[in-house]
Amino acid sequence: MSALAWAVLLCQLLLLSLLQIGGALAIAPDLHRLLVERLALLTDAQFAASIAIAQASPGPNTLYIAAIGFQVAGPAGALAAQAAVLLPSSMVAVAVGRWGRARPEWRPVLAFKAGMAPVTIALLAAVSWIIVAEAPGWRHALLAAAAAVTIWRTRVHILWLMAAGALAGALAWV
Amino acid sequence: MRRLARPRRCGLALAFFATVPYGNVVHGHVEEQRGEALRRPGSHRELFVAFSLLALQGFGGVIVVAQRVLCEDKRWLTRAEFVEMLSIGQVLPGPNVCNVALMLGDRFFGWRGAVAALGGLLTVPFGIVLALVAVYARWAANPAVAGALRGMGAVSAGLIAGTALKLAQSLRGSPLGLPLCVALGAAAFVLVGLLRVPLIWALLAVGPAACGLAWPRVGGGGGPR
Repeated sequence: MSALAWAVLLCQLLLLSLLQIGGALAIAPDLHRLLVERLALLTDAQFAASIAIAQASPGPNTLYIAAIGFQVAGPAGALAAQAAVLLPSSMVAVAVGRWGRARPEWRPVLAFKAGMAPVTIALLAAVSWIIVAEAPGWRHALLAAAAAVTIWRTRVHILWLMAAGALAGALAWV
Repeated sequence: MRRLARPRRCGLALAFFATVPYGNVVHGHVEEQRGEALRRPGSHRELFVAFSLLALQGFGGVIVVAQRVLCEDKRWLTRAEFVEMLSIGQVLPGPNVCNVALMLGDRFFGWRGAVAALGGLLTVPFGIVLALVAVYARWAANPAVAGALRGMGAVSAGLIAGTALKLAQSLRGSPLGLPLCVALGAAAFVLVGLLRVPLIWALLAVGPAACGLAWPRVGGGGGPR
């Protein structure tokens, strides 16, 4: 991969960083267009595998960018791509966090916090609903419901719940 | 909102929340952790380690673990503060949980804290993802592995829903009141969950209405300190 291609890719990632509204996967369609269709640096299957791996492994989903970078250019590619996609958005987050903290009693800030709280919580519920709705079968939904009640009402460790889910899936119960 | 505590009439899980006794009000938030004082991390290193450990438990949704560790185990944030940070993280570009880590780290230790928290969140998982990419092809077709991933997906969906229920308890302190919270939440859920509207459009549709409804109810006014 040439230095020019690298520069193009990193600049694209720096720009896409600021378009990641709603999570890391919001820019996946753009990245697919760029890496698979335009630059042909990755196959479709490699791209899909990057997302699947990041979702299956511990840590934030944004690491699918590292998986993509790794498949394009090894460990250095992974590091460069991940840094490029996080740097601009991180600077914005820190700046906005400070801006808000400097105005704790300012009415627009209070209105934003109070207004957005139920929306944010509902969006978590919607994400959960989408995952359950995508997978067929009532046993899948039952497992999700059991996990929801358990985390809500008990202090059972999350890894036990994940292990139970993995076991149920490996034995083909869900 | 206590007057709304009539579980049989409301039927919703939300009504249940209003019946749970709650503690004192701290800094304008309902302190749902029964009055136990918040703590703060002792050092950057503690932030880094805490975020490393929570990232390692976060399969398919670090937010769930982050909520439990930050609000319940470490007590660095109230649930209401967690929802506030998540709200901001959600409307800003970037992964929500990364934005929460950055804002939390920055709040305690400035930019070094932000780097420590984000570094903790990403460093070890970064290595794991690269290792998995290297071995993925060999295992992807194995039915037991595929099944295990499916089961973990179901559990992670449930964990996110359970976390939403827990965080909904913090809405008892909302100046909006329960009916408006339910209405706004329902609108957001229908748009994103049922109609599958992209998140950015859903936020643009519901966000201004939510903030507008909150405006006359929050008081305040003072500008920058």
